[in-house]
Amino acid sequence: MASVGKIARRTFLIGTAAIAGGVAVGYYYYRKPFPNPLEGDLAADEATFNPYVKIGADNTITIVAPRAEMGQGISTTLAAMVAEELDVGLDQIKVEHGPASYAYFNAAMLEEGGPFAFFDESMTAEIVRAGMGVVGKFLALQGTGGSTSTVDGFGKMRQAGAVARQMLIAAAAQKLGIAAAELETANGRVLHKASGKSLTYGAVAATAATMAPPAEIRLKDKADWKLLGKPQKRIDMLAKVTGAPIFGIDVTLPQMLYGTVKMSPRFWAKPVKADVSNAEKMPGVIKIVPIDTNYGHGFGIIAENTWAAFKAAEAIDAEWADPEYPPDSAGISEVLKQALGTKGSVMRDDGDVDTAFADAPRERIVEADYEVPYLAHATMEPMNATARLKDGALDIWCGNQAPTLVRQLCANAVGIEQDKVSVHTTFMGGGFGRRIEVDFALCAALMAKETAGRPIKVIWTREEDMRHDAYRPASVGKFQARLGDDGMPVAIGMAIASPSPIASTLRRLFPSISPLGPDKSIVDGAYDQPYTIPNYRVSGIAAPASIPVGFWRSVGCSINGFFHEGFMDEIAVAGKTDPVELRKMLMAAYPAAVKVVEKVAEMAKWGEALPAGEAKGMAFTLSFGSWVGEIVQVADTPSGIRIEKMWIAADVGTALDPGIIEAQLISAAIYGLSAAMGQEITFADGMVEQSNFHDYDAMRISQCPAFEVAILENFHKMGGVGEVGTPPAAPALANAIFALTGKRIRTLPLSKEVTFA
Amino acid sequence: MYKGEWPTGLPRLWTTTKGIPMHLTVDGRAFDVNADPEMPLLWALRDLMGKTGPKFGCGIAACGACTVHVDGQPVRSCSLQVGEVTGAVTTIEGIGTEGRLHPVQQAWLEEQVAQCGYCQAGQIMSAVALLDQVADPTDADIDDAMGGNLCRCGTYPKIRAAIRRAVVLKTAGI
Repeated sequence: MASVGKIARRTFLIGTAAIAGGVAVGYYYYRKPFPNPLEGDLAADEATFNPYVKIGADNTITIVAPRAEMGQGISTTLAAMVAEELDVGLDQIKVEHGPASYAYFNAAMLEEGGPFAFFDESMTAEIVRAGMGVVGKFLALQGTGGSTSTVDGFGKMRQAGAVARQMLIAAAAQKLGIAAAELETANGRVLHKASGKSLTYGAVAATAATMAPPAEIRLKDKADWKLLGKPQKRIDMLAKVTGAPIFGIDVTLPQMLYGTVKMSPRFWAKPVKADVSNAEKMPGVIKIVPIDTNYGHGFGIIAENTWAAFKAAEAIDAEWADPEYPPDSAGISEVLKQALGTKGSVMRDDGDVDTAFADAPRERIVEADYEVPYLAHATMEPMNATARLKDGALDIWCGNQAPTLVRQLCANAVGIEQDKVSVHTTFMGGGFGRRIEVDFALCAALMAKETAGRPIKVIWTREEDMRHDAYRPASVGKFQARLGDDGMPVAIGMAIASPSPIASTLRRLFPSISPLGPDKSIVDGAYDQPYTIPNYRVSGIAAPASIPVGFWRSVGCSINGFFHEGFMDEIAVAGKTDPVELRKMLMAAYPAAVKVVEKVAEMAKWGEALPAGEAKGMAFTLSFGSWVGEIVQVADTPSGIRIEKMWIAADVGTALDPGIIEAQLISAAIYGLSAAMGQEITFADGMVEQSNFHDYDAMRISQCPAFEVAILENFHKMGGVGEVGTPPAAPALANAIFALTGKRIRTLPLSKEVTFA
Repeated sequence: MYKGEWPTGLPRLWTTTKGIPMHLTVDGRAFDVNADPEMPLLWALRDLMGKTGPKFGCGIAACGACTVHVDGQPVRSCSLQVGEVTGAVTTIEGIGTEGRLHPVQQAWLEEQVAQCGYCQAGQIMSAVALLDQVADPTDADIDDAMGGNLCRCGTYPKIRAAIRRAVVLKTAGI
């Protein structure tokens, strides 16, 4: 499979040729492509071995987990990778996020960015994958996203621990006068069993750090893991149950001012008239300044406290230019539907779909139109950042998913060199893709130019946050299937149109770069599913609607999981095939997928009769390298449809922390169910209509089903975890509602058609 | 009047807050603050008293992240004016310490509830108030008491389990 659009193939092959080569195992240690960012900022008596490990003379062991903690538990799992090989317990270490540095590039984030399905290991795919990995380093994005952190860290962070351990042993051998081969390590000490002698890591750290790294890095066998593969206590849990000041919004600095922003409610529009005089006279307001960035235009309010800033923002009297896009949801939907009629990029083209449909009898054809709305991320912590511009140096404190982007774009915005910018990445009160944007940091950086060296904490209101997102795009799809005499699909044609998240992101971050090739995220979750159907075509069309869109937990798969799996359910019903059996037959070439489907069906007792007024629905999506099947059980109650139970089976290849993985699968499923049940961002007069949780709510505890989760490790490659529970949630729920009510709902949110208890 | 281009030379007024002095008790400690009486308690706590435990989520009492107690009753501090506060205020920072956690915090820790953690101060304060009023709550009691606390990470199954565990810990006198 993986029949690739010509443009894409050419683009990616040129890219590969230009930067041929691969990321070798132990790459950092052989080639040291970037300086160790920890070297410049060590405490007294502290030694560093590589960008991930610092050890003090007092045996304080600090591990740098350079990915953003937004709740997914990554700081714990990355620390466990290093600690496993370093032979220390998680209770013996401190974990820091570390500085913004190109040394922490995320190669895996771009490795799966080529137009190939995860399971396609043809030579071309491998070459592109290796090439993309190097491009990842070349761009040196220190990004957290795409469910890539464990895949990216698994090699290099274990190596970091192993290298440090081997260097500590070598130094201890020298000091004790005992051969390194006779020494062991445990709990932060080097031991010589025969003599009973031992040294703490701290006692030899300074010497060890000056030694040459080992030429050969030995990693533990999986069977010898003490931490990995087992549920760990999260390192951030105590701080999170005691209200500790760990989030961006909690940053407090001496002489700090407070602020907020009022940006144009019409995207990209400038004010045509503005009167800030009343606002500026309000008590506690210091001044109001214009803000212009690639994200849009508006005002920054600088005040003595947050409340004064919020009140003043309300008092700004501004009129804004007309929108450059259709002003209301109906008009935007029309743009998408028109785009659907144009020729797009064919991302999968097996067999000959046109011929297969040409002679199809009408009664063998299934057709359906699907549509999903724009969605906001609505993280619990509204966007915020704290900035201080003093003596030509900028410090930025914020939760963010891309510190090197924050550094680069904030440096440009205030007109200083990148090496004068320090990014302090805090824990995030939710990310879900929203904090890969840098608008909140840019606003704070620009406002810090106006405060004569005093730091300023800029917090957005919830309304500002809801109305200035990089939204999950709306999308429309046209689906056709031809069934054979046995009810199984012989041919499927799918066309999907949505605005391009990649093009939209480039406009905001790097407006001078034009996107090359088709945007795979428009069809992710539809073109790359492990179904074998003789004639199978999936094409994607980038629709020209310029509402800012970006990366929303599981990105394209959040859309296409619903489209693809809703339509598969329709095929099953039309062909009188059980939905579970249909998938097992169509995915027979991919044993990992079949085992997931069998497992989730077994857990849910699929096929057993249910009492009247209850029903189940299932869906499957392969995304971010993990194979996930979900079954939802719904019940008809006097107050509406109740989601009673949800079963999830997920094959993640290698499960590094089953406790955190289970929590993430449930979290992502609830995120998907919340959106499917009731969320939509709509437009009127060029502005977002929703503003807060009263009109953009999410599932509440009373609506939350019981969960049962199985984690499988059948596939030979590790997959991601943070997003993969989301894509099958909406279709499993919609399919269950069809089974319960006979109503096939093809447009989200479902609340337009049914009431939830 | 401003037309089309950005104004240059905006007026630079440096005003001071027209606050009135007021006295509050927060987490057992006395605070004298100068605040606009209409300022929500949340911002008085966070910006004037350094109490960042209660979180800002919505500003309209729709998400519960800002939940604190006033004389033991749970309130949404984003929607209560500081000038209206007459009783003693308790925040997440006042119910337990690292060395001696409140049983509800201990239960949260043992069940590993938090993901991003942002809503959890409010969740815990709602749960503490619930268990102060109902020693062994039913599922319906939990739904009622916790329904106003939103969690975007979807930690609800663990919140329910932690409340059950806290009942056991409290009964055991922990």
